[in-house]
Amino acid sequence: MAQRRNPAFMMGYRLYVLAFFIFLAAPLVAAGTFAFNDSQFPALPWQGFTLDWFFNDTEPKLGMFHDRRLLRGLYYSFVIATMVSLLSVFVGTCNAFLFVRVNFPYKNFFYIMMVVPLVIPGVILGISILVLASTVANGVEETFNYEIEFLRPGISLVVLGQFSFITTITSLVIIARLRKFDQTMEEAAFNLGASRTRVLWTVTLPFLWPAMFAAGIVAFLVSFENFNTTLFLVGSEAPLTITMFDRMVKVGSTPVLNAVSFFLMVGSGLLALLSILVQRDKTET
Amino acid sequence: MACGTDHVFRGLNPMQKDITRLSFILLFAPFALWIVLLIVLPHIGMVIISLREKVAPRVYEFSFAQYIDFVQEPIYWNTLLRTGSMSLLVTVLALIIGFPIAYYIAKIAGKRSKGALFLLCLIPLWVSDLIRAFGWILLLRETGVVSTALQKTGLVSQPIEFLYNDATVIMGLVYTVILFMIVPLVSTLDGMDDAMVEAGYNLGGNGPTVLRRIIIPYAMPGIVSGCIVVFMLTAGSYLTPILLGGKNSSWFTEQIYEQFISRYNWESGAAFGFLLLFFTSLVVWLGLKLSGQTLSSTVAKS
Repeated sequence: MAQRRNPAFMMGYRLYVLAFFIFLAAPLVAAGTFAFNDSQFPALPWQGFTLDWFFNDTEPKLGMFHDRRLLRGLYYSFVIATMVSLLSVFVGTCNAFLFVRVNFPYKNFFYIMMVVPLVIPGVILGISILVLASTVANGVEETFNYEIEFLRPGISLVVLGQFSFITTITSLVIIARLRKFDQTMEEAAFNLGASRTRVLWTVTLPFLWPAMFAAGIVAFLVSFENFNTTLFLVGSEAPLTITMFDRMVKVGSTPVLNAVSFFLMVGSGLLALLSILVQRDKTET
Repeated sequence: MACGTDHVFRGLNPMQKDITRLSFILLFAPFALWIVLLIVLPHIGMVIISLREKVAPRVYEFSFAQYIDFVQEPIYWNTLLRTGSMSLLVTVLALIIGFPIAYYIAKIAGKRSKGALFLLCLIPLWVSDLIRAFGWILLLRETGVVSTALQKTGLVSQPIEFLYNDATVIMGLVYTVILFMIVPLVSTLDGMDDAMVEAGYNLGGNGPTVLRRIIIPYAMPGIVSGCIVVFMLTAGSYLTPILLGGKNSSWFTEQIYEQFISRYNWESGAAFGFLLLFFTSLVVWLGLKLSGQTLSSTVAKS
């Protein structure tokens, strides 16, 4: 294809691709760079390099590692993301075995049901789960006079809300891996006299670990950065994205938000890299 | 459920049959709990709530009042139509901008740069919407980088506000969702045999003909799947319109938030939520019908 097109066209094409990647990078570079600007505002002119927005411990330039509210947000995000990734990897693995190994009626229909949560707008997932949880909690409170704490807005509901669509992602990742598994390996183990549980633990699961790990990291990151669903389910324990949004809208931005952005970008970049490395290692051996 | 699976177990001895059935139930339970409790029941609950009206404190009656309100108040359905048409525009733009990029990654880039470019495409995926929108704000606001740079170079004499207009909202939305267009396109185009394109040229087709008659039909499942995801994500997005468009961006999800959280009017918020879901599903269904694809041949595949 390339040889048939004239050089000027290819040149233009390459420039277009380059321009596209500059477009992709521009806002991220802007968000990250101003974290190091020695100024009260995340704007030009450049006032010199500083790490104050990370480490300084006094107002007005309170660094992110001394900002109580941001740190608390970070902590809640971490707790939520950990629970979501553990839960969604567990259910995702079950789903993978269900859809790859078992044949059952209406399988296609159920498969579509599994994919659907991914395309439902996050706002709607948020309100529908809020409505159901509150209705149930109110009903129980009126009839039995008992308050179900975990159905009220708060960490548990945020976890459930994020879990509801992140499980689709983890399922798809793990299903893709399980499809590649050569089932004769299991049969060989059975023939050598291994029990079902033993085969699962020593043959099948080790093959799946990289995908489960990668799915867990994806789930962690998606949960960490989720906003739409979380917004409706959040209680007093606000995760980081909500805290940052409040600050952006109500207080106006200072470079401490850039510091948090930089921190999150580096963190998620490293995690993404880790998940790629883990998957690559196993496919080569 | 389990009785319908008998044909699968034919030929196994009774004990193995029991084990297989047990493992089926154990595997199906988490799936069923997840889908029923977190997807199906909440949506049914949402529809039920949207179909009632508060007649007195704590007293509700079945009524279509919320939907009648929606029809009678032009601002509501105008917002929904605006959200829908702008989302369609974003989808088309994402396809037009993203297709050459996907083609470059899948077919033109060398083996080594291919993987790297694909990863580069995914990087913004790992960064929160919030940070991406924040980055655009820093670049585009009145005191932002672009405005300052333009003043420095003497092109303009006064600061320019690039935020809070429709063009910026559309640009920001395209930016946010374009990856979901590129990824399925790359994976479909990757499977295309170069020989098909060669054959097209050998039979006398020129560039545009080959693109129109060979490449695009081949990439159709990827195109449709990308468009569906991009459209749904755009119509359901909240952060980008509100941050880049300001309070006047009138995006439908803002109406839902307003009804639910600010006015505490759950009935109408639920009705709006259902309308958004219904409307976007309708558009997706129409798109599938028009392109002759099915949901399982596109989204479920990628």
